[in-house]
Amino acid sequence: MDDMPVSEPYTAPRDTREVHLDNGLKIVVKSVRTAPLVSVWCWYRVGSRDEGPGHTGASHWVEHMNFKGTTNIPRDEMKGIVERFGGMWNGYTWIDQTTYLETAGRDALDQMLFIEAERMANGIYDPAECESERTVIISELQGGENDPDQLLDSEVTATAFRAHPYRHPTIGWIEDLKRMTRDELYAHYRRFYIPNNATLVVVGDVELDDALRLAEKRFGHIQPGPEPARTMVAEPPQLGERRVVIERPGTTGYLKLAWHAPAARDEDFFPMLVLDAVIAGAKGTNIWCSFRGMPPQRRARLYTALVERGLASSVSGALLPTAQPFLYTLSLTAMEGVDLPAVEAAAFDEIERLRTSGATEVEVARARRQLRARTVFENDSVTNIAHQLGYFETVTGPGFYTALRDCIDAVTPEQVADAARRRLSRQQCTVGWFKPTSAGAEGAR
Amino acid sequence: MTTAAIRGLSPERTVLDNGAVVIIQETPTTPAVTILATFLAGGLYEPADVPGVAYLTGRVLDRGTERRSAEVISEQLDDRGVALKVSTTRHTISLGCTCLAEDFDDVLSIVLDVARRPLFPEPEIAKRRAEAITAVRQDDDNPAVRATETFFELVYGATHPYGRRAKGSIESIERIQREHLVRLHAARVLPGALTLVVVGDVRPSHALDRAAYEIEGWHSGQLEDVPVPPPPSRSGRVERFVVIPGKSQTDVTYGFAAIRRLDPRYYAYWIMNNILGQFGLGGRLADNIRERQGMAYYAFSAFDASVGEGPLVIRAGVDPANLERAIAAIDDEVRALGTDGPTERELQESRDYLIGSLPRMLETNQSIATFLQNAEQFGLGLDYDRHLASHLDRVQMDEVRAAAAEILDPDRAAVAAAGPSTGASEARS
Repeated sequence: MDDMPVSEPYTAPRDTREVHLDNGLKIVVKSVRTAPLVSVWCWYRVGSRDEGPGHTGASHWVEHMNFKGTTNIPRDEMKGIVERFGGMWNGYTWIDQTTYLETAGRDALDQMLFIEAERMANGIYDPAECESERTVIISELQGGENDPDQLLDSEVTATAFRAHPYRHPTIGWIEDLKRMTRDELYAHYRRFYIPNNATLVVVGDVELDDALRLAEKRFGHIQPGPEPARTMVAEPPQLGERRVVIERPGTTGYLKLAWHAPAARDEDFFPMLVLDAVIAGAKGTNIWCSFRGMPPQRRARLYTALVERGLASSVSGALLPTAQPFLYTLSLTAMEGVDLPAVEAAAFDEIERLRTSGATEVEVARARRQLRARTVFENDSVTNIAHQLGYFETVTGPGFYTALRDCIDAVTPEQVADAARRRLSRQQCTVGWFKPTSAGAEGAR
Repeated sequence: MTTAAIRGLSPERTVLDNGAVVIIQETPTTPAVTILATFLAGGLYEPADVPGVAYLTGRVLDRGTERRSAEVISEQLDDRGVALKVSTTRHTISLGCTCLAEDFDDVLSIVLDVARRPLFPEPEIAKRRAEAITAVRQDDDNPAVRATETFFELVYGATHPYGRRAKGSIESIERIQREHLVRLHAARVLPGALTLVVVGDVRPSHALDRAAYEIEGWHSGQLEDVPVPPPPSRSGRVERFVVIPGKSQTDVTYGFAAIRRLDPRYYAYWIMNNILGQFGLGGRLADNIRERQGMAYYAFSAFDASVGEGPLVIRAGVDPANLERAIAAIDDEVRALGTDGPTERELQESRDYLIGSLPRMLETNQSIATFLQNAEQFGLGLDYDRHLASHLDRVQMDEVRAAAAEILDPDRAAVAAAGPSTGASEARS
């Protein structure tokens, strides 16, 4: 759906320049002169949703391989290029996107662009390196499995979706990771790593014209490729409650409630974002930086109903802007000595209250204010600003990000109540329990 | 009242009559302000036989004051989109948050009220006690936490302020009385133990006026000096494995007690640590364990020189079947750097990296606030941001070699691991 009230036509702010190179690469450059730093992010419209059966985890594995050397940057030289300028680098993959970043002193701009251009066009994918990285990624997966909350999240997501590729974890299923070949990874890389499937974002202490000229020098020669074919899958409506219970050794019970959420451009997205703030406190929309601490939530519905009543030690909500409908997930940690059924009953009671009576004017006003504050806090560095520009360009397309604040301000209590009523029914919910057992008894049912 | 204004980062530092230090840095980056109020009131100052008092004090501190109920505090902060975080370390209790510039006066008032006039209501203590117990139970199930806590106990001993569990044990948390919290607050959460750092879109004169107003009339008692004991001496290597059933990965924490923050060898140790386990993905350790052997997603080292002799810690998460190989690889890298020192290129790269990273270190209001607080705590000077690079630049190869040789000896390492049971791992128990 494309119903979001975005003012058209979209024009970039004056400190920002947006161009398309002839090869299809979109470049966004923003001048922010608060520190002698530049952040470069290269975004690709490829994520775990673009992986078919047997190839889950390919996008993430490809991301790892793209730190393993290119034709013109030997593997052992990748490390050190940006560091010489005091820089940091990283990357991540999620359901809709893969991205790479460097933030360093402004003198490193050309070197950062060089690395990203190399990554786009000249990855080597040495078979031995692919094998070595296979075990690294399996180790990453195992580390995630050590966390009961993360384990439960994977199971709940897989249970909530029947058809859509959002159902499998970004890191992939273990059997696919054990089986996938170097050639399959390389094919995935070549299919999606083309300029016409990418956005380059440069934010920092730069002259707009200089940055664009350097970017064109580094990327202009890269040949475009055929637009990657994508299988569009619509998730069928959920007709009844789904439930997954993991029983494994552990010490603490965890509960997740997940509902199908609107995509970012769906008209329900902003009412749901405000609703999430009413339920669990506003976290904002920057997944690079905003989800690391607790949000302002002590007056939030689930906090007062569960944490303050001693049923849960923590609650959190997650609604992220995604290209297609993903999940709205509530996560709760059972207080020591409290059974999961009691936590679940109290959580559903509160959700039902919201569905029946809606949120108050005061709650909605508070939620909007929290979200507005978050849009300031999550743009406090060139790295974070660049992330937001690239994320929304890649996931939602132009215009969305600049309209964010207006869209938040426009949400009414009636819209919030309506979204709660239509979207948070028990029949549409997937319930997940992590039920700790003593050592020896483990399984999932 | 004395005021000093300097160039460079340009913070303004004021010592109020009651001893509170107020440091203000104006930045125009965003219309927001970060407030960081730090008291020397951490775990070091709690009764050694009741670990967890400082942690629980931090958890209850913002749950009601003489002027504001817990509900009012929550409402006033939530209404402004502010998440107040009270953090407890071995040395400090800090209240930190970021607010919109327009909310600065109100939020500063709440933060200092919370620090100054907490009531520690019994019902709130009961709720937060239950949360603390749940958090300890979660830690019990977390191999990374268990390995690290075990490492600290091996290096410092179970009763040393750096060796005991920061949150306490379930048994000790259950023994904590309201009186413990009141006593710690009365003894340590005082203006004389306070550094208030304000960074953001606020005029320094205004911020100082507001801080002075909120702190006025708050009298500092006598602050007792509590020294950090040296770590117990130990001649050989020590290893311990903690079995946590049902886990997929084993976490390793390996290392040594190192040096104090004010030790003149600090910068040489910092560079040496960067070479060992920081540079790039994780220095030599990640090159070996992750890049060459594909054994771990993460392998790195961290160096935490503190008031006392803080640790140099190496951490890795590995397949349980690879535990022995991973520890052997750490031994190899530790021994090699300790014996041969770094190469000239490594030294140059790490030094360039650390010097070059200063602008990133000082980019956000939050990171500037933390930097200024740290500089104040260790008496590094208001202009430390401008001297830091030269400290690093002056470090010579022989100093880095000496630092590595002093500490990097596998035969004196403490090695803790936590994960699922395997035959090999149990041999280390």
